[in-house]
Amino acid sequence: MSQAEAAMTATVPPRWQEAVPGAILSADANGIVVAPEKLVEFCTYLRDQEGYDYLSNVTGVDYLYYPGRDASNRFEVVYHLYSVKKGSGPLVLKARAPAENPELPSVTSVWPGAELQEDEIWDLYGIRFRGHPFLRRILLWEGFHGHPMRKDYKEAFYEEEGKPFSSRWPEGHHVWAEDRVPWHDNVNYPDDFDPETWKEPVTFQAPPDEPSQDGNGHLRTSRIVVNMGPHHPSTHGVFRMVVTLEGETVVSLKPVMGYLHRNHEKIGERNTYIMNIPYTDRLDYLSPMSNALGYVLAVEKLMGIKPPERAEYIRVIMAELTRIANHFWSIGFLLNDLGAYYTPALYAIRERELILDLFEEASGARMLCNYMRFGGVARDLPPGWLEKCSDLAFKRLPRAIDELEHYLTHNEIVLARCKGVGYLSGEDMIRYSVSGPMLRASGIPYDIRKVEPYSIYDRFEFEVPQFDGCDVYDRYRVRVFEIRQSIKIVQQALKQIPEGEIQAGKKAYQVRVPPGEVYFRIEAPKGELGYYIVSDGKPNPYRYRVRAPSFINLTALEPMSIGYKVADTIIILGAIDIVLGETDR
Amino acid sequence: MAENEKPHPSIIVPDELKGNVFVTTLDKLYNWSRKSSMWPLLFGLACCAIEMICTAASRYDLARFGMEIMRPSPRQADLMIVSGTVTKKMVPQIVRIYNQMAQPRYVISMGACATGGGPFKEGYNVVPGIDKFIPVDVYVPGCPPTPEALLYGILKLHEKVEKQSFLTAPWYHSRESDEIPVPVLGPDLFDPRRISEIKAKLAERRGAGSTVAVPAAEPELPVVSPTPTAPPGPTKLTPEEIEARRQAALAKRAELQAQQAATPASADKAKALQVEEMRIQALQRRLEQARSGQGKQSVEEIEKLLEEARARYERMKAGTS
Repeated sequence: MSQAEAAMTATVPPRWQEAVPGAILSADANGIVVAPEKLVEFCTYLRDQEGYDYLSNVTGVDYLYYPGRDASNRFEVVYHLYSVKKGSGPLVLKARAPAENPELPSVTSVWPGAELQEDEIWDLYGIRFRGHPFLRRILLWEGFHGHPMRKDYKEAFYEEEGKPFSSRWPEGHHVWAEDRVPWHDNVNYPDDFDPETWKEPVTFQAPPDEPSQDGNGHLRTSRIVVNMGPHHPSTHGVFRMVVTLEGETVVSLKPVMGYLHRNHEKIGERNTYIMNIPYTDRLDYLSPMSNALGYVLAVEKLMGIKPPERAEYIRVIMAELTRIANHFWSIGFLLNDLGAYYTPALYAIRERELILDLFEEASGARMLCNYMRFGGVARDLPPGWLEKCSDLAFKRLPRAIDELEHYLTHNEIVLARCKGVGYLSGEDMIRYSVSGPMLRASGIPYDIRKVEPYSIYDRFEFEVPQFDGCDVYDRYRVRVFEIRQSIKIVQQALKQIPEGEIQAGKKAYQVRVPPGEVYFRIEAPKGELGYYIVSDGKPNPYRYRVRAPSFINLTALEPMSIGYKVADTIIILGAIDIVLGETDR
Repeated sequence: MAENEKPHPSIIVPDELKGNVFVTTLDKLYNWSRKSSMWPLLFGLACCAIEMICTAASRYDLARFGMEIMRPSPRQADLMIVSGTVTKKMVPQIVRIYNQMAQPRYVISMGACATGGGPFKEGYNVVPGIDKFIPVDVYVPGCPPTPEALLYGILKLHEKVEKQSFLTAPWYHSRESDEIPVPVLGPDLFDPRRISEIKAKLAERRGAGSTVAVPAAEPELPVVSPTPTAPPGPTKLTPEEIEARRQAALAKRAELQAQQAATPASADKAKALQVEEMRIQALQRRLEQARSGQGKQSVEEIEKLLEEARARYERMKAGTS
């Protein structure tokens, strides 16, 4: 038996090979390489027979410059599977696409949650998906030249492959990027471009004028298309919904995004590892500490280091405070969407401000804290911080959440508007790869802090909420419940936090990350936040991918909204709790 | 005191009227009212928008400056706070919104991204600064600026407004104000004002045989655009399925309403009856007042109302039994 075959049998049970013969090409610790033509069949088998019902992450990798790879097998699509029912995972599948006109079968027929992610791979890598229901450029626009996440794509302000750039101060002064490039701006045009005859391709067509639905003398209606956003007060940022309405009832809804696509992943692959920490704060800018926590945990797993005890406790306290602040915000603005203009939000923001004060005192920044480091945190807590935090966690916040619930939970208008709205069953939620509070409001108590505890979450007592309403009202109740649980965790952590070091080893600007790949996910306030990092041993990550919960939860927006009124769509979107920085990255 | 705020020397207030008459300039009055009720556009782009919302919330209280009314409609707004990273996909919309705002209009560029691209400047989809497209009045540094910093920027804008004059303000010219041409999303973002420059440079590059240091054109893939024949709307669901979902949603709602109606119905009715009873009692009191000549309404009017209320009460009572 050769070495490769031995590795294969170690990771793949023999019955998988028998079930779909010829599907598995090779396998090792990094994943199973699947033959493209057998991909859908093998995935269906894994879903139905082996219980891998949850497609967490789909992403592309361009291995053009990777050691040991070349242009002929550069494109790879990676699938991370989990089993919600059994709690097992991840199972990593890989499929290689040809270098010329890369194309793969779409797995949307197996897991509809792949829809937006496959759109994104087409947009950024130029890999097409056969059988995809609506393949479009989701983050950029139709007609954009090139696929920017490919390794040979150079943006207009390109300097070098990786930072730190050697050319920053060539003659003792900074050179403006605008002065270096031919267009004096951040643009690039192909040679055959003619701006005068250019026509923007049409993404969405107006529906054909249909005859009235019934001939019984009822009012004749025709379908209309309404664009909500990108500048619209209800969309929580620059998000656009193309809604087809029949009367006031939604019959189709397409999310359009990318208005805040600021190239997090491309910049992340040019940055050194530590430079990415402040960028992660700007992903989900309402919960910066959680994002940074996920990223440093992923890199630490790759490096094989662990932070000291005190740092672990500080991280947990910060992450849970972030969750409280985030949920306060999201509840406040859900009520804002319901039409309670700004008043509940004011109450919620008041409490969030107090948490931000704690962040500012510890990290120096109110909102985007840049506080986590590999192997620890940036600096120790200042004197008196723990007392202030205790005051908040034991007295103020429990009272605040009681007050908020007193006004809202049994409020007649909240009940009338939220109950039964946005119904989507638990099985459907899993099929659409939805995670976080939305999943738990559909009767599935799936929380990564319990399922595969990271950091030191196994030491704390807390409950995972489970509500069966599958509607907006229960999503609201899950968030209230989670605030109470987070307060409980903070209280326990404050009692247990030890004295000591806050950093493993010496502080370093450059970390050494061995070659390999890792997928690490945490339970962020919005849902499952995953980081997929491929390292080639250089100071910059070779592939850096963020599995953003806001982005993937949006896959379920259309099935949740169809059949409801257009006013309900706004609170359905509000209850998903998206943040555009994370949706578009 | 700025030059345009000094009263004209020919205006002399007599001594006996000093203390009763105040003389000021139209400029000062006008600018004062303008700066004291400057409504911002409800318009957020990224992280900075969160700090903008915090500025408007109770702790920093933008209402102190008469600015708490954020208007989503550009027609009603005076100030656009560009709060966050401006991307190429978004900039046509921003310019359009700016064009729709009525003059006088002001722009605050909030944060590093809106000012110059910030940490995302090198990105392929990022516009390095909104001032490449629309004029900016005040730049607020920070990533994100704290609410205090934004307030400081707003106060600076107020100072700027106070210095403006009727005579020189551009929006009182008789000619039409210029619209800013909306940028177009081509293979990359392009500004219609630069079309001739782009054409000339590209022609030069084609002539030179691609020796210019531009990224090598990658192998051309067929550009995807949904074919005009492709039917719009849902691709996953057939009309029957949509109808079924709609029916299911309606049924679910009806079921919930039935559930709600099942238990507390009698309680609701009882409460309503109680309210009606109280109303009758109040009317009776008013009738007595009217009879003794104190009420505002005439006796006949109140008697009529009382009769109606009693009839309603009887009807409701009959409904419960």
